[in-house]
Amino acid sequence: MILDSKSPIGPLAEKWTKHKFNSKLVNPANKRKYEVIVVGTGLAGASAAASLAELGYKVKAFCFQDSPRRAHSIAAQGGINAAKNYQNDGDSVYRLFYDTIKGGDYRSRESNVYRLAEVSVNIIDQCVAQGVPFAREYGGLLANRSFGGAQVSRTFYARGQTGQQLLLGAYSALSRQVANGKVKLYPRTEMMDVVTIDGHARGIVTRNLITGAIETHAAHAVLLCTGGYGNVFFLSTNAMGSNVTAAWRAHKKGAYFANPCYTQIHPTCIPVSGDHQSKLTLMSESLRNDGRVWVPKTVELAQKLRKGEIKPRDIKDEDRDYYLERKYPSFGNLVPRDVASRNAKDVCDENRGVNETGQAVFLDFRDAINRDSEDAIRARYGNLFDMYQQITGENPYQTPMKIYPAVHYTMGGLWVDYNLSTTVPGLYSLGEANFSDHGANRLGASALMQGLADGYFVVPYTIGDYLAQIGPAPVDANHPEFAKAEKGVKDAIQKLLSINGTKTVDHFHKALGHIMWEYCGMARNAEGLTKAKGMIQELRKEFWRDVKVLGANEELNQTLEKASRVADFLELGELMVDDALNRSESCGGHFRLESQTPDGEALRDDENFAYAAAWEFMAENSPETLHKEPLVFENVKLTQRSYK
Amino acid sequence: MKLTLKIWRQKNASDKGGFVTYPIDGISTDMSFLEMMDVLNEELAIKGQDPVHFDHDCREGICGMCSLYINGHPHGPQQTTTCQLHMRTFSDGETITIEPWRAKAFPVVKDLVVDRGSFDRIIQAGGYVNVNTGGVPDANEIPIPKRVADEAFDSATCIGCGACVAACKNASAMLFTSAKISQLAMLPQGQVERMSRAEKMVAQMDEEGFGACTNTGACEAECPKGISLTNIARMNREYFSASLKSENV
Ligand SMILES: Cc1cc2nc3c(=O)[nH]c(=O)nc-3n(C[C@H](O)[C@H](O)[C@H](O)COP(=O)(O)OP(=O)(O)OC[C@H]3O[C@@H](n4cnc5c(N)ncnc54)[C@H](O)[C@@H]3O)c2cc1C
Ligand code: SF4
Ligand code: FES
Repeated sequence: MILDSKSPIGPLAEKWTKHKFNSKLVNPANKRKYEVIVVGTGLAGASAAASLAELGYKVKAFCFQDSPRRAHSIAAQGGINAAKNYQNDGDSVYRLFYDTIKGGDYRSRESNVYRLAEVSVNIIDQCVAQGVPFAREYGGLLANRSFGGAQVSRTFYARGQTGQQLLLGAYSALSRQVANGKVKLYPRTEMMDVVTIDGHARGIVTRNLITGAIETHAAHAVLLCTGGYGNVFFLSTNAMGSNVTAAWRAHKKGAYFANPCYTQIHPTCIPVSGDHQSKLTLMSESLRNDGRVWVPKTVELAQKLRKGEIKPRDIKDEDRDYYLERKYPSFGNLVPRDVASRNAKDVCDENRGVNETGQAVFLDFRDAINRDSEDAIRARYGNLFDMYQQITGENPYQTPMKIYPAVHYTMGGLWVDYNLSTTVPGLYSLGEANFSDHGANRLGASALMQGLADGYFVVPYTIGDYLAQIGPAPVDANHPEFAKAEKGVKDAIQKLLSINGTKTVDHFHKALGHIMWEYCGMARNAEGLTKAKGMIQELRKEFWRDVKVLGANEELNQTLEKASRVADFLELGELMVDDALNRSESCGGHFRLESQTPDGEALRDDENFAYAAAWEFMAENSPETLHKEPLVFENVKLTQRSYK
Repeated sequence: MKLTLKIWRQKNASDKGGFVTYPIDGISTDMSFLEMMDVLNEELAIKGQDPVHFDHDCREGICGMCSLYINGHPHGPQQTTTCQLHMRTFSDGETITIEPWRAKAFPVVKDLVVDRGSFDRIIQAGGYVNVNTGGVPDANEIPIPKRVADEAFDSATCIGCGACVAACKNASAMLFTSAKISQLAMLPQGQVERMSRAEKMVAQMDEEGFGACTNTGACEAECPKGISLTNIARMNREYFSASLKSENV
């Protein structure tokens, strides 16, 4: 199959307008005859489900939490970008487009990214109309801040709870359509498979998480808005339930999976405190505006710190290594996420880490407090400092914070074309679940923008073109493919329940996470990746031989839920390693040790790797086939990043 | 730390349920409360016993999913969510009693898991502004004084956890419902439907079987997000002026 991105031809700024005009429309009277399934109620899913229902389609919305309002999007803190140029500081659609392409290290599709920047302005209008309480200036207009090193202030925010407020806005729009009878909600329901008929997506198989009932749902189109797969690492900043199951099962039904190895590792998280750790907490990136990152210059001092013989404040300035300021004098502590993360790992690998495990660096506010006063710092970061103290028991006004990188976001995901359609017609993917807009690295405050762009402003147009072509005849829910898919799901569950081995699901999940972090994390090389591949294969065999899943299917069974998700992570993990092996260049958040400049910075290889890697599932336990979507840059010039 | 856990076990909605006591050892003070529960569940699983079921997702205090009633307090002794509670709050040797939220409108599903669908239905009754996607004015055409925006924000921070209901002897949902009504009543975007919204949401709240408010203030004292009682006062004003000028006559 040739990958056709369906990017419209013509000038960049006119592509979307022209494409909308050229798309077929569904007759308004016919809309209610079409059924659309939306899996996921995060920013992408809730906005899509509400918008499609407003247009008149019959929508079913699914999520595994007890309420759509609890999707993982709720946890986003920092903000959402939009090219409003309210601050008159030179922002524009083109600048946001350019920054996003560059931030993604030239591994995303120009046409999609431009459209994202273009519709970003509508998102803010929509959210404000819903009553989302964004931060405001005294004059009553919206406030902005500069985020993640951007040169302009284009980030809209709602205290440290932007994701929450945006999601509650989308949830309110969704609730309104539930009340109108246009959306039927299925909370505590997990999608277990996609049903395809003659190559088109025609429905899904679900498990009711309370009763265990396995059911099928037919529809004219299916939208997967199921979020990212960072939990393949076990420890990440994602919510505990975030998983790859929906995307992975779709992949096995024919949807290509693109750039699986592109993960973003966020530099400012609270370090791991012990084996019991279940998740990692992000500390907003904005802290790097005032905090200075350092470790002791010598291993001896670091050892004394770790043993508790000295305190951080005992270490004199001349014995501290402010390594980001030293190595990157022009960006200092504000280097991009991947650079900050990799350098933290390097100094800890040199045995200069500062907590008991040796896996932490300092983020110190001493100088900012001396310069601006404690009150000023409290006004800026009070809630973050409180959260830090709540979790660690240490007071960051008096002693430096300890931070360490953690898995945060996955740029890879289901391959989609300009219409957000996967390689399976009728199957769409939105939000973090797709691979589309962030290339090899995502800029801060751009995921919220993308989720809402996809759901409010892109898919409502593009899906019409497909629906108009297939026509409104009802989908035959009695087609044998439904029964077949349902049986497949039931068999897989029975298989898990019948193993009755000796090791818990978490045991396997942790072991997988450890392999991924060690060999497919911040820095990778061919040798480590090859080793990891073998280890994952072994672990997967052991899982299917020795996992212990208690209880039955016909009840609320959280162990079974986890087991089924971990089974998919064990397959995805291997594909991530294959993808990382294939891409022997460094780019974005992905550092290949074999590909660096003489002074140790990431070296991209545009000649050989300016493509999106889309993987096709062939058969169980056999290698996947790689398809390449060449990335053509007609509007930007490719440059190597430099932050020196 | 060594602890004794007295945990409510209930197989399903129709089971009667009861307390089961579990001793647990080797708990570090750095653990979160839910990590302590993870340790217990790993031990139970290895012994072939059904793990204790409880709701949780973000473990960052924002999704509102976690919901344990610990030693007589929703979310435990501190004014925070269960997932943000740490074991350093407890002392070695302590007995900790863990129950589900208890309210008629929150039926138990299993063990410590309850059904809070009634909250979703209250929002569906009117907790929104009637706008469609597209065709809305430019965001800066709706200026809002910072003070008003900040106050509306305070109400908007409710995470829908239900601790207010669990804390209330009448199992009233006034704090939750009033937070949404207040947020929209304060903002210009919420003005058009202000009257009917209060009426519809309050009617739904009553229909779900939540109790009346007798002003004990237990909800505010236990709310992890500090949602204040002034929201309830505002809701009452909204509701009474709505019934005076009812649009539904
Ligand atoms: C701590 C943190 C802070 C962040 N801060 C920011 C920020 O400041 N700015 C920014 O732009 N981005 C931020 N991000 C990233 C951003 O929050 C996410 O990328 C984005 O919210 C993802 O939205 P989504 O709609 O794609 O998926 P999600 O919100 O993850 O929603 C997934 C949905 O799918 C459902 N689901 C999943 N699998 C299944 C299944 N098998 N069956 C049924 N339902 C299923 C879930 O129930 C859920 O409803 C942050 C991320 C984290 C972790
Ligand atoms: S008002 Fe407070 S206690 Fe009640 S649901 Fe909202 S956050 Fe929870
Ligand atoms: S788990 Fe999300 S608030 Fe506690």
